[in-house]
Order: sequence, then C-alpha cells, then structure tokens
Amino acid sequence: MSLLSIRDLRTEFSGPAGIARAVDGVSFDVEPGEIFGIVGESGCGKSATCRSILHLFGGAPARIAGGQILLEGTGDIARMTERDLSRVRGREVAFIFQDPLTALNPTMRIGKQIAEVIRCHRKVSKTEARAAALDLLREVQVTSPERRLDAYPHELSGGLRQRVVIAMALALRPRLIIADEPTTALDVTVQDQILRLLRERRDSTGTSIILVTHDLGVVSQICDRMAVMYAGRVVETGSVRQVLDTPSHPYTRALLAALPGQTGRERDLTPIEGSPPGLISPPPGCRFAPRCRFARPECAVGQPPALHPRGETAHLDACILTEVPDVLA
Amino acid sequence: MFQVILKRLLMLVPVLIGITLIGFLLLQVMPGDPASRAMGTRASPEELEAMRRLWGLDQPVWVQYLYFLRDCVTGSFGVSIFHKLPVIDLVAARLPFTLGIVLYSTLIALLVALPFAIMAALNRGNPVDSAIRQVFVVLIAMPPFWLCYVLILWLALGLGWFPTGGVGDGFAANVYRLFLPSLVVGLSTAALIQQSLRSALIDTMKADYVDTARAKGLNGRAVFLRHILPNSLISTISIIGVRVSWIIGGTVVVEKIFSVPGLGSLLIDAIVSRDLPVIRGLTVFFAIMVVIVNLITDICYALADPRVRLE
Repeated sequence: MSLLSIRDLRTEFSGPAGIARAVDGVSFDVEPGEIFGIVGESGCGKSATCRSILHLFGGAPARIAGGQILLEGTGDIARMTERDLSRVRGREVAFIFQDPLTALNPTMRIGKQIAEVIRCHRKVSKTEARAAALDLLREVQVTSPERRLDAYPHELSGGLRQRVVIAMALALRPRLIIADEPTTALDVTVQDQILRLLRERRDSTGTSIILVTHDLGVVSQICDRMAVMYAGRVVETGSVRQVLDTPSHPYTRALLAALPGQTGRERDLTPIEGSPPGLISPPPGCRFAPRCRFARPECAVGQPPALHPRGETAHLDACILTEVPDVLA
Repeated sequence: MFQVILKRLLMLVPVLIGITLIGFLLLQVMPGDPASRAMGTRASPEELEAMRRLWGLDQPVWVQYLYFLRDCVTGSFGVSIFHKLPVIDLVAARLPFTLGIVLYSTLIALLVALPFAIMAALNRGNPVDSAIRQVFVVLIAMPPFWLCYVLILWLALGLGWFPTGGVGDGFAANVYRLFLPSLVVGLSTAALIQQSLRSALIDTMKADYVDTARAKGLNGRAVFLRHILPNSLISTISIIGVRVSWIIGGTVVVEKIFSVPGLGSLLIDAIVSRDLPVIRGLTVFFAIMVVIVNLITDICYALADPRVRLE
C-alpha cells in the first residue's frame, strides 16, 4: 500500500471575485521512501495541493471541498479536526516552506524553535530537547552547531536557515516530508547542497519526500516519480524517466520545449503561447486545450479528461488524443 | 549597551540647548508682567520695581538667559516667583503623581486593549470585530474633559464608588484615588493600542512562521501565545512610547479636573501667574523626559526584537 494516497482532492479559495478551485480533482500516490516531484507553473495548484495535506493555508480563506488524503495507518487527513491534525503535523508529516527567512520566527532562538517540535509531541525536559536540537543541527551539517543554537534566524545565511528548517522537519522522523519549493529562495550554489542534503536524509532515514518545484532540472536530479500539474489538475504522472524522457501530454512536452537545451541557445526555446486559465470559471474540457497546438474540437467540451494509462504501466496522462505528433520532443 | 545609553544621554546636551533657547524666547514674547501678578494690583510702582530687580527681570534678555542656563546646570532650574521655591523641588513634589497617572493609565490601557485586540483579530471581518471597532472609535472621539465629568457624575457622585478628585497618602490610597483620572487617560491609550495591535495580530497570523509553528503540531493556543502574540506586541512598544511622552506633559486637563497636584496643573498655574522660572524649568524638564522615554522605548524595542540593534 502507498504511504500517501490522494484521491480526487478539491481545495477551494474564496475571494471577492468568487470561488477559485485551486486544486480540482487531484489524485496521486506517494510510496514509502520515494521522492515525489510535483511540477507546474505558478498558480497551477501544486503548493495548494501540498498545503491541503496538512491544512496549512497561511490564514487564506481556503477549505478542502472534497476528496481523500489517505495516510497509511492514520486514515483520511482531509476530514480530520484540528485536534487530530496536530498529532499528525510534525510527527507523521513535516513541512518545509519555500522561504526559510520568513518560515522561522524572527524573535525566537534557533535552538528553541527546533526543540519546540520535539517538546510538542514528546514529554522531554528542556535540556533533553536542546541536546536533541544540537544533534539535529549536526545531522543537517550545520557548522559550529553549538553556537547556532542560540542564534536568531537573521544571524544565519539563507542556506543555514533552510538547514535549520530541514532539521525541524526531521526532528521526529516523520514518514513524509513535504518540501514546498525548498530551494527557490536560495542561491544556485546553495540549492544544490540543500537538494543533496534532502536526498541523503531520505537515503538514511527512509522518509518519503514530496518536492514541489517549478524547476524540471531539480526533478530530474533527485526525484523518483513525478506529477505535472496544470490549472489545478494533474495532467501527467509516472516515473521521472517516463515523464521526462517520453512525455506524452502536450503540456509536459511544451514545458520541456520551453527549457534551454544542452546548447542553451535562445532559438532552442519554444515558449508556450497564452497564459493559464482562471480557476474561478475554467474552460470546459481539457484546460490546456486553448493553448494546445494539437487541440481538436472535442478537447474543449465536457468534463476535464481523467488520467489514464499511456503505454507503460504507471505512466498516466490526461490527454484524450491517442496519437500526439512527436514534433516537440 | 551601556555605552549606547551614555551616548544617547550625551545627545541630550544639544537638544537641551535648543529647548532652553526656544522656551526662553517664547516666554519673552508672552504678554503679562510677572511682578505685578505676584504683588497684586495694589502694589506701588516702587515695590514693583524692587520686585523686578529682585527676580532679575530688569536685566537684558541675554543676561536673563545666562542666569537661566546657570540654574539649569546647577540643577535648581530657577526659583519660582510664586512659590519662592526652587523649581526642581516643585517638580520633585509633583512628579510622583504625574508618573503615577502615566504608569497607571498605561496599565489600564493594556488590560483593556489586549483582550479586545485579540478578540477583534480572531473575529476579523465579522460583527464582533466591527462592534469592538465602533466602541473604540467612540472612545477616541470622546473629549477627555467630557469623559472626566461623565465619570465624576456617574461613578463618583452617582454611585459614590470613587472620590471626585484629590490625592491621598501612601500607595494604596492613590491607587484608589488616581483610578478615575488614570482611567480617562488610559482609555484613549487603550483605543490607540487596540487598533494597532489588532492589525499587527492580523498581519502576524498570515506570517509563514505561524504556518511553520502549526506544521510542528502546536495547538492553536500555543501558536498564538508563543508565536503570534509576542511578535505582534513589538509594534505596541513604540505606540506606548509615543503615548507616554505625550501624557507626561499632556495630562493638564485631567489633572485640573480631578485636582491632582501633578506637573500638568503646576504648568497651568505657572502660566496663569506668569511664573516664568517654573514655565521655563518645566519646558526643559519635559524635554528631558521625552528624550529619556524615547531611550527607554528604544531599549525595550531592542530587547523585544533581536533584529533591532541599539544605535
């Protein structure tokens, strides 16, 4: 059985213009010990999907409107009360936020912030929690960890801060860590270190990681399987090799074509024309149809197409075309 | 830390020179003769002349200024024409009452504002929030002198719970007797704090680190008490700082109505009797207090927010 099974998840954000279905029927599975990548443009719902798992919407008026989030041995998180959620959060499922500067409390010392996770779930003394925090800082390879325990977040570099956030996530050996664009706010050189650290921690602790990113390079570097999201839906999912080497959905192909190639020359880039649809009243049928080079009249009618197997096992996509011309790959 | 405080106190010197100069010159253009005020209307011209000579009022303006500076440096701040006492002694006798109102009213303000700010922030946008806002807008809009009389009529004369004014002996007596004047001052402070704390709380609730705290598995109460509230209170420190420097010299009306012998009523009496040394001395003293309160505010700010360094 999968560690996490998300089934037909729907998350709504209500705003002055109406209700936006940021997540609209998303399904995927995360297996134990794997790194699962979720990619897509800004606003495609990848962050909202992840935040739905722990019901953390940063005070935004959001709610899970339907679907299931099944965590092995724990049940459906989608329907949990705050009280039950607080037992899952931090202990079973941990979260790593995008910007480590804003994700740490500016007026609390690092050591105390790490110790807080431990003391929240286990009955340990302050001294024990502090010692555990020190071990965690060592584990995430923070230099001179004794000194950092009493530092404030603003006294650390971006990379160190993200290591602290990772230390907090690792503290209780959760079965799943959700990392929402953990390297986007960091320097390129630091990005690589943080990704290596995440993979190494996965290798030694066996935790699963959901890695949200808009960077296909990051996905191919450390993920095992992946999902591509567009306008609140998963359009293609499979192993990283299947999806990136033999992309079948036109959106995935267009994404890959929009990347700089090996040569990195400008003329190799093919931008995707147009922009993603609004999520308050999305177009009927396939949501990518208005921008798709291969769209046919039947693409733009009815319900959005469901994921279905494409060739190999476990490689699914949501395109109704049986044969997509292979001109972009 | 100590060096910074010392530096800031040294910065007082130029501020004080400016204040003494402005305070002194403003009083020169103020109409009214201190000597005739002190002697009454039946004094003979000779007596008035003797009086002016005695108080140095016959000297050129710049000589009077230098005398004033000397008095400031020696610490007496001049001698009151009306009370015939060093200004510093008058201030020392009245300062406890004014400081009492300052601290007491700030305490009342915090006790009133804190729960309502929290309640409003937790209910933002719904009827509870707007009801609280309406009440505090009314509080801000009410003129203090009017509120003083309402409280006197209702709580002092009507229900007889409090005295109509005056001060008592000892701490406990004054906690009781200074309640109404402190309440009037405190309610305006409370309105300021409530509004700023409410929006600070709402902003902080959206902060990423609040989601981080929640992601740790902390319950709502712990997230609020350990993360949201402490970070929101930082902005309240500066509001209290500004308000306290204002109250020190700004309780005139309240002190007058409740017959509290504080600095405000001393200032009013001095202005009415053209007691120039007292007016000047108080001006300088208020300036010193404002600088000291600002320094204390900055120190509190630096203690509360590790990102802030004392400069």
